[in-house]
Amino acid sequence: MSTGFADASLVGTVRPGGRLLVTRERLRAFAEATGQTDPVFVDVATARRAGHRDLPVPPTFYFSVELAVPDTFGYLTDVGIDLRTVLHGEQGFTYHRLAHAGDELSSSSVVVEVADRREGRLQLVTSETTVRTGHDEPVATMVNTVVVRRPGGAGR
Amino acid sequence: MTAPRLEPGARLHLAGPTIGRDTLAAFAQASGDDNPIHLDSGVARSMGFDDVFAHGMLSLAYLGRLLTNHVPVEQVRSLRARFTAVTPVGARPTCEGVVRQVVHVADGDRVTLDLVVTLEDGTRTLVGEAVVTTPPAMREARHE
Repeated sequence: MSTGFADASLVGTVRPGGRLLVTRERLRAFAEATGQTDPVFVDVATARRAGHRDLPVPPTFYFSVELAVPDTFGYLTDVGIDLRTVLHGEQGFTYHRLAHAGDELSSSSVVVEVADRREGRLQLVTSETTVRTGHDEPVATMVNTVVVRRPGGAGR
Repeated sequence: MTAPRLEPGARLHLAGPTIGRDTLAAFAQASGDDNPIHLDSGVARSMGFDDVFAHGMLSLAYLGRLLTNHVPVEQVRSLRARFTAVTPVGARPTCEGVVRQVVHVADGDRVTLDLVVTLEDGTRTLVGEAVVTTPPAMREARHE
């Protein structure tokens, strides 16, 4: 299999962000898929009693805004990287304000670092993504590192 | 809920489920991460893995639950983790948090936790850190 490889020229590449209208249905599906049974995340009346205007967004759901781009990993495939050689290496969230069901969130991402590991057999590509509300208020900053494995390298 | 007070050394614990293919399909759908390496055994094998394995973000979501089981979601200030090993289908992840540091600030406590997700065989799949805040009112309530 032939595959490309990122290089430092990728740093600073801004890519189009995602846009996601957060619905109660989507948050309930996410709760179900992650074993979240706390009613504050699935029941509107419970959420309101806890002071929320609607179901609150759980801490890691913001990543789905980034995934809402039709071609989330286009910045990698554009330089010839086979996505099957890519693994998620690291993910961080810093929270600025809580979002709720009904909010339309958008994201924008930029590559902040490209680094070699293990004599170049692995490459780490780190991006920073900002998630904002429809009123342009910052909601969360995400830092995402993907690991690109050179083809022929064994799996773990 | 008899949550432990978030003092240095306090331990938080959450047992995840046994990860089935249905777990991965549901998470792919709900999160929007439909990478076939988590869904299609053939794709996983073509990349040198024995079979499909869980999305790292699924285990990170369990760590999010660990936090929100102890503080309201609006008090989670940051969460990050390194994915250090894959979680094979059939494995059962366990999440643990240990309070590393509590800093008293004007409007409450700022609590830093070390986080780890471990499989039954001892493999560490995620290693991370979170910061949560607890307002003074909650601190008082917890001392009652």
